[in-house]
Amino acid sequence: MSSGKPKKVVITGISGRFGKIVARRLHHELGWQIVGLDRRPMQGRPKDIEHHQVDLRSKKARDVFRAGDVDALVHLGVMHDPRARAAELYSWNITGTTKLLEYCQAYRVPKVVLLSSANVYGPRPDNPQFLTEDAPLLAAQRFPQMRDLVEIDHLVSTFLWRARETETVILRPVHIVGPVHNAPSNYLRIERPPTLLGFDPMVQLVHVEDVAEAIAGALGPGRRGIYNIVGPGEVPLSAILRELRREPRMIPHPVAKPILGLAFRLGISSFPVAELDFIRYVCMVDGRRATAELGFRPRFGLRETIHAVDELA
Amino acid sequence: MSLLDRLRRLRGVVPDDDIGGRTQALVVHGNEFGYDPFGMSRDSIRTAATVARWLYRHYFRAEAFGIEHVPAAGPLILVANHSGQLPFDGLVIGSACFLEMKQPRLVRAMVEFFVPTVPFASYLFSRWGQITGTPENCRRLLGAGEAVLVFPEGARGISKPFSKRYQLAEFGKGFMRLALEMGAPVVPVAVIGAEEQAPAVNVKPLAKLLRLPALPVVPYPPFVAPLPLPVKYRLYFGEPMTFTGDPDDDDEVLDDKVKQVKNAIQSMIHVGLREREHVFW
Repeated sequence: MSSGKPKKVVITGISGRFGKIVARRLHHELGWQIVGLDRRPMQGRPKDIEHHQVDLRSKKARDVFRAGDVDALVHLGVMHDPRARAAELYSWNITGTTKLLEYCQAYRVPKVVLLSSANVYGPRPDNPQFLTEDAPLLAAQRFPQMRDLVEIDHLVSTFLWRARETETVILRPVHIVGPVHNAPSNYLRIERPPTLLGFDPMVQLVHVEDVAEAIAGALGPGRRGIYNIVGPGEVPLSAILRELRREPRMIPHPVAKPILGLAFRLGISSFPVAELDFIRYVCMVDGRRATAELGFRPRFGLRETIHAVDELA
Repeated sequence: MSLLDRLRRLRGVVPDDDIGGRTQALVVHGNEFGYDPFGMSRDSIRTAATVARWLYRHYFRAEAFGIEHVPAAGPLILVANHSGQLPFDGLVIGSACFLEMKQPRLVRAMVEFFVPTVPFASYLFSRWGQITGTPENCRRLLGAGEAVLVFPEGARGISKPFSKRYQLAEFGKGFMRLALEMGAPVVPVAVIGAEEQAPAVNVKPLAKLLRLPALPVVPYPPFVAPLPLPVKYRLYFGEPMTFTGDPDDDDEVLDDKVKQVKNAIQSMIHVGLREREHVFW
């Protein structure tokens, strides 16, 4: 790594709103040179950001790494499309990630950051209130849709231990909210969101900018390991909905399941039935390791973080 | 007026000074929304305490002996016998520490894993400070200097049949490991009365069929003990016991220490049974 030249970071999944936020932060605030990898075109791309509209599994993606001048990979490109075919998702996610790790090892990329999710632990009635990084990743037991995410996390953790010359960081943030289109933000933007009658789990949210900050922190030299990323605190789901002045529709769980299943199949709702467990049981994590080792602290308070979902114009 | 409105008005009723003051005096590590990391809120406690006090004072006419043995602050494990099909023993112990102590303490009971799957109980229990009984949760609370209530008999205790009343079932050892690890004193508690509140027989074949640890049936309608009989509760708090040793010791080593606590409870039960004149008064 030469000192004069700006460092070069490859960001997968850069074309999404979240990818752009991360790219902007790394580019403007850290002065990194950004190379985007995404199968989608990058709309509103600044001229100084290089973008390759390619499939991660293709030879073109390898070419990005071939010169050997990539200083870091930030992998955000986990595809989570509830409507896509399972086999296609699997191939994209697992094969894509395997290939990326291969390139990183072959062309000596010194830093790999994976954006995983605290959801990999899975919402379960017997969860401790705060899961630590060594808790088993049980989400896939109940949701086949989560299997890819869990498997990617496993793939990269294996890489963390195997490829010692690369500093690998896995970030497992809690529900990311902000001007992005992900499940928690979309859910909180519903005017009359469905909730489960008699259930009101404690929930953790983190502002999208705080996650970008955590990624920037993970790129620092010497950092490696697995970190839960926790926002400004925990509140019951009902308190969040009250703060946003939403009017929840309380549905008994035995009824909610078939209704949501039908709505999903008819294309009215984009939430798979299994995700109901996220508004039923706790899936909260302990973020002390990230605070201690990455120096991560959320900049946004609880209220600001909650209201961040309304920032989407 | 709809039932919901009426319930809301009931919630708006200001509890008398005693409960208001005591709720205020509780140590709650709440955030800007008023919730602690386990989902407890002072407002919920206030409402619940009003009902709990009525049950404590008028329904069960509870008496607490030796409450001065409960330390006013610092990590603490209360260990009690468990019985009565429904966990009113937990409620009465909690009420005693809330109502009878000079500086009220909030007792956080370790509840069974199925509770989070039960509608309403799932979140109400956590609003009232009760926690899912995992060692991690217990460790975290003791680390924050809170008081935790453990029933080491667990489901074996609460669902025991009438014929086994006041005979302690096997104790789990988890609480002792935590006491050793966190350096928390153990206060043994004997509960007299709960064991008669829902006299039940265990229907073993049916329990097996439903894959339950036990299926207690009370011999009067509606047979499942939704409401306890108005027995009189007597609580005996023993002197704090401190233990030293390696929390990762083998079960046999821990057994001796667990037995000391069990014996302390058993002997307080004997005293309590000898002293009382009647189950109901």
